Amino acid sequence: MEKFTTLKATAVPLAVENIDTDQIIPARFLKATDKKGFGDNLFKDWRFDKKDEMVTGFPLNNPAYNDAQILVAGNNFGCGSSREHAAWAISGYGFKVVISSFFADIFKGNALNNGLLPIQVTPSFLEELLTTVQKDPTTKITVDLENQMIETASSKAEFDIDPYKKVCLLNGYDDIDFLISQKETIENFEKNRIVFN
Amino acid sequence: MPAFTEINMTKKTLFDKVWDAHVVTAVPNGPQVLYIDKHLIHEVTSPQAFNELEERSIKVARPDQIVATADHNTPTIDQHLPIKDPLSRNQLSQLTSNCDKHEITLYGLGHENNGIVHVMAPELGITQPGMTMVCGDSHTSTHGAFGTIAFGIGTSQVAQVFASQCLLLQKPKSLRVNVNGILPPGVLSKDVILYIIAKLGTNAGTGYFCEYAGNVFKEMSMESRMTVCNMSIEMGARGGMIAPDQTTFDYLEGKEFAPQGDAFAKAVAYWKTLPTDEGAEFDQEYHIDAEDIAPMITYGTNPGMGIKINESIPDKGDMTFEKALEYMNFKEGSQLLNTPINYVFIGSCTNSRIEDFRVAADYVKGKQKAANVNAWLVPGSQKVARQLESEGLKEVFEEAGFVLRQPGCSACLAMNDDKIPAGEYCVSTSNRNFEGRQGQGARTILASPLVAAATAIEGKIIDITKTLVA
Repeated sequence: MEKFTTLKATAVPLAVENIDTDQIIPARFLKATDKKGFGDNLFKDWRFDKKDEMVTGFPLNNPAYNDAQILVAGNNFGCGSSREHAAWAISGYGFKVVISSFFADIFKGNALNNGLLPIQVTPSFLEELLTTVQKDPTTKITVDLENQMIETASSKAEFDIDPYKKVCLLNGYDDIDFLISQKETIENFEKNRIVFN
Repeated sequence: MPAFTEINMTKKTLFDKVWDAHVVTAVPNGPQVLYIDKHLIHEVTSPQAFNELEERSIKVARPDQIVATADHNTPTIDQHLPIKDPLSRNQLSQLTSNCDKHEITLYGLGHENNGIVHVMAPELGITQPGMTMVCGDSHTSTHGAFGTIAFGIGTSQVAQVFASQCLLLQKPKSLRVNVNGILPPGVLSKDVILYIIAKLGTNAGTGYFCEYAGNVFKEMSMESRMTVCNMSIEMGARGGMIAPDQTTFDYLEGKEFAPQGDAFAKAVAYWKTLPTDEGAEFDQEYHIDAEDIAPMITYGTNPGMGIKINESIPDKGDMTFEKALEYMNFKEGSQLLNTPINYVFIGSCTNSRIEDFRVAADYVKGKQKAANVNAWLVPGSQKVARQLESEGLKEVFEEAGFVLRQPGCSACLAMNDDKIPAGEYCVSTSNRNFEGRQGQGARTILASPLVAAATAIEGKIIDITKTLVA
């Protein structure tokens, strides 16, 4: 997994609540058998209309946000399906951080397993951030994982992260490496586990 | 007060008992390593996990604890013919070759045990109380109906379970939803869970594992309990559980993969120890009166946007709410009754079990579907398909003009060709009414199999409670 330490970048505001993973990556694009190319279809049915023409009012289509590496989204981001393709699509598009006031459990785990940092902030901080980046698309947001700080020129806040996951992100460790290292302990557990058939 | 604390410490919830029995070890100040008894896989969320094993040159640790099926991306007609779509064909052939290579049991297309992963595993007795089960699918919560810790995982976690038969997890908080009383006529388990989600909200369960308790769930069949637990994720809860009891044991006895003979008796003795101890505490608890529940229907673009079938759409006024109503082409304050409906879908891991089709067939018998309606029935498994035939339900539906397809996830997520056209309403027994879920521009209205059947007959949404009284 790619390491994450700090990031200073611009952000796209997506002030919609309960954005589900079917919007992030519609099911018809889940037929691939590798992790590549999902970024092209991120928010496909919000970015493009039925005739496959660009929806001009949609923030991701606004050229002012072209270089953004941070997605700022409404409450309860990533609800619905467990598809990790949603995290691959967001990363594939070029985002490194998603900020919201609340994340769905499975999406949050999937993001962290792909080096995509989900940052939960208070509803008021989110509101302020959305307004700021809507008004000025050049607003830079600084994210410092080590110190768990998120900052713009006008405001800053601390954020929480699972200490174990923080170590993983800072160093680029995967859960799978740790689990494989526990082989013996797992095999000992198996000797006494409850099985009836 | 030390004595009081001590007493509480010994009182455990159903969830605690199953979870604690599966903790292998813990990372200091970090997550726990949870052992997984059964891992279910399907064609859409497994290929990248198999690739990861290849890249790391590791083998599947416990292939005998994995069962595979093809369901998400499969056609529901002509399953004996080669799949037309090359991407879908490739995904299924990769599942076959991956399962062959790693010696994993696969119930592929056409196999007598094939079906939607959450329909197939319980009916074969693979799902058992006290187990931990995972699958790369959020509706894995379904299996909690057996008193199982079952939850959906991402593909990275699928690879972790392949490699170690374990996952690294923080123990979730506990939530209990109690529903007591007598359900009014026409209220099915689907209405109960839609009511709970509408009442508590689409993220009320996030961070929690939910237990459903009260006489309403105790009196439900296993099929009905599965419908409830299935939709736990729609209120954000990773999983939902119902205490195993005689109904559970009777359902499992004699099932192909359930313990047999003496082993079954031993298993039952253990399963009886699992229900939540009296006095055990939950982080969050809700109480609902069964009498307050009515046949439900959704009007918006998440499962929490539900109302009683004869109620009016509320006036909430925020931007997200308005966006949802605009997509659905509904107005605040209006009713859904008499809305013409051209599509009805009875299927999905929520409502495609034999009981669901029995309820629908009972209503449909001797009637004809409305001329404007396309009514699709998609059984959850080959076994359910065989039951439809042997119980004579297939005939009932076909005489009424319904179209019976072959098993699969079908129009619930519209990965295959079973799509609802843009702008059309579909009264669907599935679990998600997200924008475009059943096809680009499709408008989904979630309901019970009874409401779906009534809609197909009338060609519009009707107040089923009035019909039942009459």
